[in-house]
Amino acid sequence: MAQDWIDIGATSAIEAGMAATVPVEGGEEIAVFHTMQGQFYALVNKCPHKAGPLSQGIVHGDSVSCPLHNWRISLATGEALGEDKGCTPSIAMKVEEGRLFLSRAAVAATRTQVPQKAC
Amino acid sequence: MNAQTAVKSGDPAQTAERLVVIGNGMAGCRAVEEILARNPARYKVTIFGAEPRVNYNRIMLSPVLAGEKSFDEIVLNTEQWYTDNNIDLVSGDPVESIDRTRKIVRSASGREEHYDKLLIATGSDPFLIPIPGADLEGVVTFRDLDDVERMLAAAKSGGDAVVIGGGLLGLEAAHGLSLRGMKVTVVHLMPTLMERQLDEAAGYLLQSELESRGQTILTGANTKIIHGVEGKVVGIELEDGSRVKASIVVMAAGIRPATGLAKQADLECERGILVDDNMVTSDPAILAVGECVQHRGLCYGLVAPLWEMCRALADHLTDTPTGYHGSVTSTKLKVSGIDLFSAGDFSGGEECEDIVLRDASRGVYKRLVLKDNKIIGAVLYGETADGNWYFDLLKKEEDIAEIREGLIFGQAFTQGGNTLDPSAAVAALSDDAEICGCNGVSKGEVVACINNGAHSVDAVRGTCKASASCGSCTDLVEGLLALTLGDEVEQGAATMCGCTSFGHDDVRRLILEKSFKSIPEVMQELHWSTPDGCSKCRPALNYYLLCAWPGEYVDDQKSRFVNERLHANIQKDGTYSVVPRMWGGITTPQELRAIADVSDRYGARLLKVTGGQRLDIFGIHKEDLPAVWADLNAAGMVSGHAYGKSLRTVKTCVGSEWCRFGTQDSTGLGVKLEQMSWGSWMPHKFKMAVSGCPRNCAEATIKDFGVVCVDSGYELHIGGNGGIKVRATDLLCRVDTEEEALEMSAAFIQLYREDAHYLERTAPWLERKGLEWIKSQLLDDPATVPTLAARFYHSQQFMQDDPWAQRVAGDRRDLHSHLGAIGADQLEDA
Repeated sequence: MAQDWIDIGATSAIEAGMAATVPVEGGEEIAVFHTMQGQFYALVNKCPHKAGPLSQGIVHGDSVSCPLHNWRISLATGEALGEDKGCTPSIAMKVEEGRLFLSRAAVAATRTQVPQKAC
Repeated sequence: MNAQTAVKSGDPAQTAERLVVIGNGMAGCRAVEEILARNPARYKVTIFGAEPRVNYNRIMLSPVLAGEKSFDEIVLNTEQWYTDNNIDLVSGDPVESIDRTRKIVRSASGREEHYDKLLIATGSDPFLIPIPGADLEGVVTFRDLDDVERMLAAAKSGGDAVVIGGGLLGLEAAHGLSLRGMKVTVVHLMPTLMERQLDEAAGYLLQSELESRGQTILTGANTKIIHGVEGKVVGIELEDGSRVKASIVVMAAGIRPATGLAKQADLECERGILVDDNMVTSDPAILAVGECVQHRGLCYGLVAPLWEMCRALADHLTDTPTGYHGSVTSTKLKVSGIDLFSAGDFSGGEECEDIVLRDASRGVYKRLVLKDNKIIGAVLYGETADGNWYFDLLKKEEDIAEIREGLIFGQAFTQGGNTLDPSAAVAALSDDAEICGCNGVSKGEVVACINNGAHSVDAVRGTCKASASCGSCTDLVEGLLALTLGDEVEQGAATMCGCTSFGHDDVRRLILEKSFKSIPEVMQELHWSTPDGCSKCRPALNYYLLCAWPGEYVDDQKSRFVNERLHANIQKDGTYSVVPRMWGGITTPQELRAIADVSDRYGARLLKVTGGQRLDIFGIHKEDLPAVWADLNAAGMVSGHAYGKSLRTVKTCVGSEWCRFGTQDSTGLGVKLEQMSWGSWMPHKFKMAVSGCPRNCAEATIKDFGVVCVDSGYELHIGGNGGIKVRATDLLCRVDTEEEALEMSAAFIQLYREDAHYLERTAPWLERKGLEWIKSQLLDDPATVPTLAARFYHSQQFMQDDPWAQRVAGDRRDLHSHLGAIGADQLEDA
C-alpha cells in the first residue's frame, strides 16, 4: 500500500504570509498557505464564490481574502466568513521535519468531488 | 507595629501601613486600584504573583487563543503602573505560607514580608478530573497564558484536539483551537452545553451552530481514561468504550476556589475562604476577594462580582465600609458570530412564568422567566441587544406588569417607538447599569467620563476603560456619547478598518511623528486588534510607509493585492492581462511586432486597445508572465502599471506638430509627464492627459491631472474622473511654460500622495478637502511647489525601476512557479 502522505516540498519554500500552488493531474489545483503565525493550511485553490484563485489572495490571521471579489475564506475550514456563505474543500496536511505533506486520500478526492459539495 | 519605631520625617513609605497582596491577578490588582483611588497614601503595597508577568485580563485569554488579540493588548497593569504607585511586585515567586502570629508571609524563594493587612486573592484552580492519564504530556488546563501557549504549540502541528467540558471556558477553548486549524471534539458530561447558563433549547441551538462549524460535540459523555504512548497523550476513552483520538486534551471541567494557603493558615474555609460583607476572613487582619472566597454561601467564577467585592473591600480598608451584598450575574460567550446572553435563574418551577420567543429562520431564541411580575432569569440566543436592559430590570427587581405585553420584543418596542432608536435604549438604562462587563464600568461612570471631556469612543476607552477590552459594548458607549453630547460628538474620522480604532489621517500622521518604519511596528504601537491586519489595512499601511520613507522602506509583497504583486491584471478565469507602457500613447512598428509575437507565442486570447491609449494582452498564465515580460523588455518596453494604484497612463492628442488646430506640443508634453511620473505608487490609480487645444480630444477634463494647451500657455486641471461617478475637473491654474506645467504636476501628485487616504481617487479627495484648500496649498506660498516637486523627484529615484525587468532577472521566482505537482501515478491506490 502506498503511503498516506505526499511530500510536496519544504516549509521554507513558502514565505510566511504567502501561498503556493500544487497542480493535481486530473484533479483540482491545491493552494498551500503559510500564515504569519507560522501555520500551514491547504485548500482547493478555488473560491466558493466565483472560483477565484485563493492562493493569490492576501493572507491575514487564519484567513485569506479572495483576489477577485474579496470574499474572506477561513484557512482552517474553507468556509466563507462574515456575511458570505459557501465552502471550499480543505485538504488535510501535516508538517514534519521541515517538510509539507498532503493527505493522499484528500488529494485523490479532488479528482471526483464537486468542490461545492465537499463540505 | 513597625511604624512606632520607624517613624522618620513623615515619609509616607515609613508611616504607611503595610498591605501585602497574595495574587497578582484581576482581583488583587483591582482591589489595590480601588484602594489607591480612595487614599493613595494609606498603604505601602507589596503584591506577590505566581506567574512571571504583570497583571492581565484573564477573561481575554480566549481571544488570544483565537488569534484575535495579542498578549500586550490584554495587559491591564503595565510595569509603569506598579512603579508609579510605588508598589513592589514580586512576580514568579508564589507565597507558600502565612505566619499569622508574626504577621509575616513567606515566598517560595524564602522572601519574608511583614503585613499589617493581608489580602488573599489567589483566585481559583482548574479542576483536574482524577482519571488515569491525567498527568500525560499534552493534557492541559485553560487558566493562564502558559496554558494558552501550550495549546498554540500543539495547534501548530494541527491534528485532533479533545476539550473535556462544554461550559463557557471549554467552548471558548474549543473555538480557539478550531480557528487554529485543529479538529476539535468537545466531551461534555451533562446532556446539554453550558447547562449552568443556558436552558435546553438554547443549549441545543448552540450545539447545532458549533457542529455546523465543524466541531464534534459529545454530550452525556463521561471520560474514563486518557490514553498515551511514551508519556504523550494520543486520545481518550469514554465510559461506553468509544475512543476519540487527540494530540492535545484540554481539561475545562470547572474551577475550584484556591484555598490551599488559607487552609494551611487555619482560616475558616468551606468551598471557598469564608468572608463577611467587608471581605474580612476569620482573622480580622486578613481579607480575601475574588474567586477564592465564599460569601453568603456562594462562590463566583465570573468577573462582575469581583468588581463589586473590590469596591466593598476598598471602602472597608479606607474606613468607610459599605459592604458587599452578593451579586446577580450574567454571562456572554466570547465566540465570534454567536450571540448568547444569560442572566439570573432560569430553572423555572412553581409560580414562575415563561415568555418565549422563537424565530427559527433567524436562529433567534429568547426566554424570560418571571416571578411575581419581576424578571428573575433571561436567556437570549441569536439576538442579545436587549440583554443589558433585561439584566438591569432583573437586578432592580422592577415590576414589569405594565410592559409585560411587549417585553419579549425588547426595550424599543415596549417604549412605544416603532422606530428602533438606539439612543432611547441607552437613555432608559439607570445610572448604575453596567455598560462594560470586561472592565466593570457603569453608565454613570461613562457619562461622568464624557462630561469630563472624553468626547469620542477612543477618549472614553482611554479614560474609564469602557469598551477598551472586548469591544462588545462599543454601541452602548457610542449611544451614551450621542445622548450626552448631542451633536458635539467627535466623529473621529472613520477608522481604517475593523483592526484599528485609528483613522487614515491619524495613522499617516503617527507614521511620520513616531518614525514607524514597518507594518508590524505600526500594528504593535497603535494597538491593532488583529495579529496581522486584514486585506484593507495591510495594503494601505504598505503604501503609507512607502510614501513616508522612500528608498528606505522595503515594499511588503504580502501586503500587495495580487495585481501589484504579479504586475499584471487578474481576470475572472485566473489568467492575467499584460499592458506594456506606450509613452504618451505613441508606439512603433517594432513594439507592435513584439506585442504580436508575444500574443502568438503565449496564446493570448484577446488583444484590446484600452481607453488609455495602450494595448492589453489577455489570457496569460502567471507562470508565463516572466517570459512575456522578457520578450517585451527586449523590444524596449517596460511595465505599463495598468494594474497598480499608481500612475497609469498619460493620454495625448497629436498636438501642434500635426493638427491644424494644435497650439502646443501636447504629445511631447504628455511623453515628458509620463517619463517624470511613471512607476510612482499612489493612493489610487492616477491618470493624466494633455490636449493640444480646447477641443480637448485627449479628454483631459475627466483626468486626475489634465492639461489643456491654449495659445498663451497651459491650463492645468485637477480632480476629474470618468469612472462610476463622472466628475469634470476643476481649473487649478494657468502657467506659461512647459517646465512650469511639469513642476506643478509633480507638486500636485506629491500633495495627493501625502494627503489622500488609500483607495481615494483625486475626485473624492478634492471634494473632501475642498478646491480652495488644494489651491491654497499649492498657490499661496511660491516656495511650496518646488518643495513638493522635489520630494516627488526624490521618491521617483527609487520607484523608476521596471518591475518586469526585475522579475525577468529572477526576482521572486516563487511567485510565478508551482510549489510542486502531483501526478496521477501518485494517487492511484488512494
